[in-house]
Amino acid sequence: MQPPAASAGPAAPAGAELLRWQWREVQAPCLVAAWILVASLAKIVFHLSRKVTSVVPESCLLILLGLGLGGIVLAVAKKAEYQLEPNMFFLFLLPPIVLDSGYFMPSRLFFDNIGAILTYAVVGTLWNSFATGTALWGLHRAGLMDPGVEAGLMDFLLFGSLISAVDPVAVLAVFEEVHVNETLFIIVFGESLLNDAVTVVLYKVFNSFVELGPAHIHATDYVKGVASFFLVSLGGTAVGLLFAFLLALITRFTKRVRIIEPLFVFLLAYVAYLAAEMVSLSAILAVTFCGICCKKYVEANISQKSRTTVKYTMKTLASSSETIIFMFLGISAVDTSKWTWDTALVLGTLFFILLFRAVGVVLQTYVLNRFRLIPLDRIDQVVMSYGGLRGAVAFALVILLDREKVKAKDYFVATTIVVVFFTVIVQGLTIKPLVTWLKVKRSDHHKPTLNEELHEHAFDHILAAVEDIVGHHGYHYWRDKWEQFDKKYLSQLLMRKSAYRLRDEIWDVYYKLNIRDAISFVDQGGHVHSAAKLALPSMPSRTSMSESSVTNLLRESGSGACLDLQVIDTVRSRRDKEDAAMHHVLRGSLYKPRRRYKASYSRHFISPDKQERQDKEIFRQNMKRRLETFKSTKHNVCSSKSKARLKEKGRKKKNISLTKETLNGKTHRTVPWQDAAPVLVMVSSEEEESDSSETEKEDDEGIVFVARATDEVLQGKTTPGSLDVCPSPCIIPPSPTLAEKELPWKGDQADLAVYVSSETTKIVPVDMQKAWNQSISSLESIASPPGIESGHQHRRFACPVLEEQPQSASQAMPEQSSCFQFPSHVSKSGRSQSDSSPDGPEQQELQPLMATEEQGRMPPSAEPRWLMFNRASHL
Amino acid sequence: MGSRASTLLRDEEIEEIKKETGFSHSQITRLYSRFTSLDKGENGTLSREDFQRIPELAINPLGDRIINAFFPEGEDQVNFRGFMRTLAHFRPIEDNEKSKDQNGPEPLNSRSNKLHFAFRLYDLDKDDKISRDELLQVLRMMVGVNISDEQLGSIADRTIQEADQDGDSAISFAEFVKQVLEKVDVEQKMSIRFLH
Repeated sequence: MQPPAASAGPAAPAGAELLRWQWREVQAPCLVAAWILVASLAKIVFHLSRKVTSVVPESCLLILLGLGLGGIVLAVAKKAEYQLEPNMFFLFLLPPIVLDSGYFMPSRLFFDNIGAILTYAVVGTLWNSFATGTALWGLHRAGLMDPGVEAGLMDFLLFGSLISAVDPVAVLAVFEEVHVNETLFIIVFGESLLNDAVTVVLYKVFNSFVELGPAHIHATDYVKGVASFFLVSLGGTAVGLLFAFLLALITRFTKRVRIIEPLFVFLLAYVAYLAAEMVSLSAILAVTFCGICCKKYVEANISQKSRTTVKYTMKTLASSSETIIFMFLGISAVDTSKWTWDTALVLGTLFFILLFRAVGVVLQTYVLNRFRLIPLDRIDQVVMSYGGLRGAVAFALVILLDREKVKAKDYFVATTIVVVFFTVIVQGLTIKPLVTWLKVKRSDHHKPTLNEELHEHAFDHILAAVEDIVGHHGYHYWRDKWEQFDKKYLSQLLMRKSAYRLRDEIWDVYYKLNIRDAISFVDQGGHVHSAAKLALPSMPSRTSMSESSVTNLLRESGSGACLDLQVIDTVRSRRDKEDAAMHHVLRGSLYKPRRRYKASYSRHFISPDKQERQDKEIFRQNMKRRLETFKSTKHNVCSSKSKARLKEKGRKKKNISLTKETLNGKTHRTVPWQDAAPVLVMVSSEEEESDSSETEKEDDEGIVFVARATDEVLQGKTTPGSLDVCPSPCIIPPSPTLAEKELPWKGDQADLAVYVSSETTKIVPVDMQKAWNQSISSLESIASPPGIESGHQHRRFACPVLEEQPQSASQAMPEQSSCFQFPSHVSKSGRSQSDSSPDGPEQQELQPLMATEEQGRMPPSAEPRWLMFNRASHL
Repeated sequence: MGSRASTLLRDEEIEEIKKETGFSHSQITRLYSRFTSLDKGENGTLSREDFQRIPELAINPLGDRIINAFFPEGEDQVNFRGFMRTLAHFRPIEDNEKSKDQNGPEPLNSRSNKLHFAFRLYDLDKDDKISRDELLQVLRMMVGVNISDEQLGSIADRTIQEADQDGDSAISFAEFVKQVLEKVDVEQKMSIRFLH
């Protein structure tokens, strides 16, 4: 700042003014940023010591930190600053937390327990408010409180209403670290979210009663109070549902603007909150239900990247809000001017809220257990009573009280602060040991298995059927009805066609499992890949890469890579041995050329002639593989519908596909070059974005491919002979993938030209950049998914033509490119034809099956593959 | 016990059913009235058609399998006793029942009986194994038409892989219980509340 002012020279005074003015301008956001930074840094510090955070919940530490900081501020500024302002809290800090909890709410669990949750939220909160308020009033009447506490029954009821609501922020902060079983968690947490409506209504009703004065309250006001409860809660829910619907509908049409998908999620949820707040409905309910209800459709509509973005942004926002809330709670508590202490009130309140919470829980559970399938036992009740934490909502509400009307505000503020601190710090600290001591059933986080998903679905159907037979319309009956309605109308309306077509939960789980395995494989295979880049590729680990289901693969490699214990458990030793033996044989005979090549390549020492030879070989293999692919595609390309669509698409997108092809080519080439040209990375994000949207539809087909491959593998298993084949394909793809692409690029350019049809060559320069971007984006993920994919593909050929494997080795990814080019090769590029002629016999072998449909088939076979790339980068 | 449709249940019969199934007296009478209302032929037994007349069952993907589960092998009629015996599988396990599991026969609503009921829905040929084909059939019923056969196949394969321990490419009941559903709260997920 200073130098420019100095250089301004003559206008020195003006410069100084400008300086001051600018600071003021920037002050507010700057302070916000500074506080967030402080809070985040504090978090880092807390987590430096695992010991501390394992014992003390973060929320406690943050409150203590806030106390400390508040003390410093007080000492420096001589007045309390940076309080937790109710407005700031309700408008900015609370929404992210609620949205996060709504959006990531396990909806099945939530709705399974909705009865209990609603009971505790509504009846429990009402009971707590009235009991606490009345009891405190009794205490006051008994003369135990300081005479300075000027409050009547209404004031105490008002105080009771704000102090008795369990706070979602506090509960979440503490319970997330405790890991009690899901049912217990969802009940306490769901209650804390849903009781907002009750709290808001009670607070408003009593507040208006207090303001009116007891004399002016008519009977109709009570009726209004009851009516407003239904209005506020149902209205809030309705607002949430409305916005959830809008949000889902909007995301259905974001195909071309992927980049702003996450924005819609946040914007609409926030608007839902504001809209509900505006008409004084329950904003928390609105956002909660918006989050719960939109998730299914939004997740289906938006791209994988957007999904990740939404997830992380939401978590970041929620986490920073939470941090700031607790810190500011601490800071606010330092301001002694706002509060007046009364021991009787404080102790009385503490005692009563604990007592009435426990009583309420026990009574309600007693009633609920008569209706619950699985009753809540004593231990659950203890944890539920003890888990009734109060938090920032109560504090913000008490700050909002009008001192003119509520004479005892200062006392209430002090009491609220003590209660909040007590529940968050003392109960927060002790709940973990308590849970351990009581041996509360913890949640066992195991990964979902396909079996569980499948059979639980079957159970649902069975139960629905039994309820039908018994003629009793219970929970399952309604759930079943809802699911059918959802399937018939809602999903069709709110989900993208492509997403809807594919929607099936069992399939989802299967898909997720595969992806997870792939990720874990990459995690471990990643270094293999980079090692390959640097020096010799460590083949053994890569070899196992491409069996159809990644899990299979992992099993094959037998390394610790597989995080999925379930899978490891089911390893079949006999088969493994056979596989291993075959695997060695194949590896010995198959891979050496690629490997050598790659090694030398990474050292940048390839002799051109060798390259050429390899080029040709690979080209030949490509051709052959292409043919094979056609054949296989013809055999079992998914549904005729998608075929047709693809065909059409293929034609339309000829250019695009060519582009893609080049992209792919480059992708691989770039791998080793990455270091040399890091600058290019810059462009990648946009391109990826567009790319993913382009390929969106093809996603489906990609999946099909995986499936088919797996299918094959398993079918193969039934005969011992084909079993052995499994490992072989694995070996093949990775090396060729890299090698092949590298070759033309690295080698003489003439060769490249040969491969690429005239049409393609034209495109190349334009797409160069795209290619680079693409390549960079997919760099990390190249290792596994392509390998996997190609593995499937590969199987196809590998099984029938075992002896030919050396050649098919290069088929994996490269095939893609050749597939696209094939027609143009044949028609336009003379040399490519001649090149392929040596392959004649092999081709003919395959040809009978492909015959006329070749051209049409090509796109389908190629695109899914490409797709895999995309997916890889999504991961 | 064939032709008792029009008459009310006799007390001793209720007692027997109570003993066998664990349902309470009021539950049995309630279910009996349901039974008679389903029994359009009024012959004291239910046929498959009687079940199929329930509209919701027609749209339940597993409806037919579940109906079949009510019928003893080779028969196409089920009397009230058999009806109750099947329904008893879905009675929630009550606290006081857990303790007396050791003595006496295993109650119908025990975990393993619940599982066995589910298992039989898959195991069509009753060889105590869920083969790939059997699994595929059920999958085909449960997933939408949007999933292609290849995809289904791969799901089935992976499902079997996950559970299969002895390498026979099929899921035996032991594997079903241990491998597949060990961590699932079957007691809860295979129970419904019967009105008292």
